[in-house]
Amino acid sequence: MCLGIPGKIVELYQQAGLRMAKIDFGGVLREACVETLPEAKVGDYAIIHAGFALNLLDEQEALETLQLLRDAGVLDEELNPSSPT
Amino acid sequence: MDLSLLNQTLRDERQVKAEIEKIRRRLTRSWVLMEICGGQTHAIMQSGLDQLLPPEIELVHGPGCPVCVTPLELIDKALAIAARPAVIFCSFGDMLRVPGSNQDLFSLRAGGADVRVVYSPLDAVKIAQQNPERQVVFFAIGFETTAPPNAMSVLQAKALGLKNYSVLVSQVLVPPAMHAILSSPHNRVQGFLLAGHVCTVMGYQDYLPIADQYRVPMAVTGFEPLDLVRGIYSVVKMLEQNEVRVENAYARVVKPEGNLAAQAIIQKVFQPVDRNWRGIGRIPLSGWGLRPEFSEFDAELRFDVGNIQTSESPLCIAGQILQGLKKPFDCPAFADPCTPQNPLGAPMVSAEGACSAYYRFARSSASMKG
Ligand code: SF4
Repeated sequence: MCLGIPGKIVELYQQAGLRMAKIDFGGVLREACVETLPEAKVGDYAIIHAGFALNLLDEQEALETLQLLRDAGVLDEELNPSSPT
Repeated sequence: MDLSLLNQTLRDERQVKAEIEKIRRRLTRSWVLMEICGGQTHAIMQSGLDQLLPPEIELVHGPGCPVCVTPLELIDKALAIAARPAVIFCSFGDMLRVPGSNQDLFSLRAGGADVRVVYSPLDAVKIAQQNPERQVVFFAIGFETTAPPNAMSVLQAKALGLKNYSVLVSQVLVPPAMHAILSSPHNRVQGFLLAGHVCTVMGYQDYLPIADQYRVPMAVTGFEPLDLVRGIYSVVKMLEQNEVRVENAYARVVKPEGNLAAQAIIQKVFQPVDRNWRGIGRIPLSGWGLRPEFSEFDAELRFDVGNIQTSESPLCIAGQILQGLKKPFDCPAFADPCTPQNPLGAPMVSAEGACSAYYRFARSSASMKG
C-alpha cells in the first residue's frame, strides 16, 4: 500500500476545487490529485500513491522504477485495484 | 515512451553485488536490522536479498503493514457498518480478505453487501456524490503515506457539503511504533531501515531523537534491490564505526523536511490520538484521528454498531512477527492451515505482510529458517 508508482504529468487542471493531473504510467493514463505538489508542471514525474502525488522525481529514476515495477508484476496490481478472488 | 530501451542501472545485479561486497568488507560481527516497511519486506524476499546478504546480517521484519496492524475491533466495526443495506462501504483492495472475528469484507460482499474497492479515497467521495440516497463509508487505514489522501477526501466532502460521506479511521504512525519496539525488554533490533515513502511525506527529523535515545543508527531506504542494499550498507557502516545518525540513502526522492504541502493537509484534518495495533496493543499517541471540527465525518460516531466482542485466532502469532520477535516460519500455523487463500491472520493476506512474503517467495524453508 505504501509503494507508490512514478508517472509523468501530462495535463494539469482544477476539478471540484482540487488541483488534479492526468498521469501517464508508461502508457496507462490515470487521474491523480496534486494538491501536495504546488510546484508541479506538465512534463514532471511524480510518485503517485492512492491517487495522490507524494513527490517529484527525475525522469531517469521514474522510468527505471516503472520498468522494475512492471517486471515484478506490481504495476498492474497497483493501477487496477481489483478485488481478491 | 519505450521502457525497454532504458539504461537500467538500478536493476543492475552487478551493482547490487558490489554493494553487498562493500557490506561484507565492513563486517566484523553480526547485526540485527529491521526494515519497518512491509513493501520492503516483500522486495527483499522477492529479489532474494535475504539469501545474498552475508549471514552476519539478520533482517527482521517490522510492523509496516497497514492492514496487519488495523485493530480487530475496527475490522469488526467495518463489517457491522458494511452489512447495513443503506451503506456503500469503500476500501483499499488488500483489506477485503483480512479476517475479522467471524468473517471478512470479501465474504460479506459475496453475501450481498455493497463493498467496493477503490484506488483512491477521492473515488469514494465521487461515489458519495453519485449516490446521495446512500451512506458511503471509506475505511481510512494506513501509515503516514495514506494520510494525505484520506484527509483530502474529508476536506473534499466538506467542501462539497456531502452529508452521506464518512471515514472509519485507523491511521497509524511509524515513530511511536519504533519506540514500542525499542523499549521492549525483548528487543533485538540494532539498526533500522526507514520506510522511504513514509519519509517522503513526513521527512526524517522525527527519527533523530529516537536514534539518540536508543543509540540505534537508521537509514532512509527505498524499495528497489539496490536502494535496499545501500540502506543496509549505510546502517552497517554506522554500526561498525559505533556512530549513531540518521542517514538518507534515498535522497533522490526524500527531502529531510518531507512534503510540507502534504503535511499541511494532514494537519488540517487529523490530530494525534492513542491507537490500538492489532497483535501489539495500545501505543500512546501512535496514530491520527479526526479533529473535532470534522467529527460529522466520523463513521464511528455516525453508526452505532453496539458492543463488539472480538475473537482472534488462537494460533496466530502475528503480533510477535510484527514486532520482529518471531519470523513467519516460527508460526506453527504457517502454510498449514494458514495460507493466502485461507488466512488466519492479516500478515498472510496483505501484499505487505511478512507471512505472505514468506509464503510467496520462500525458496526452501530450510534455507530461510534461522
Ligand atoms: S502464518 Fe498465519 S497464523 Fe501464523 S502468524 Fe502469519 S498470519 Fe498468523
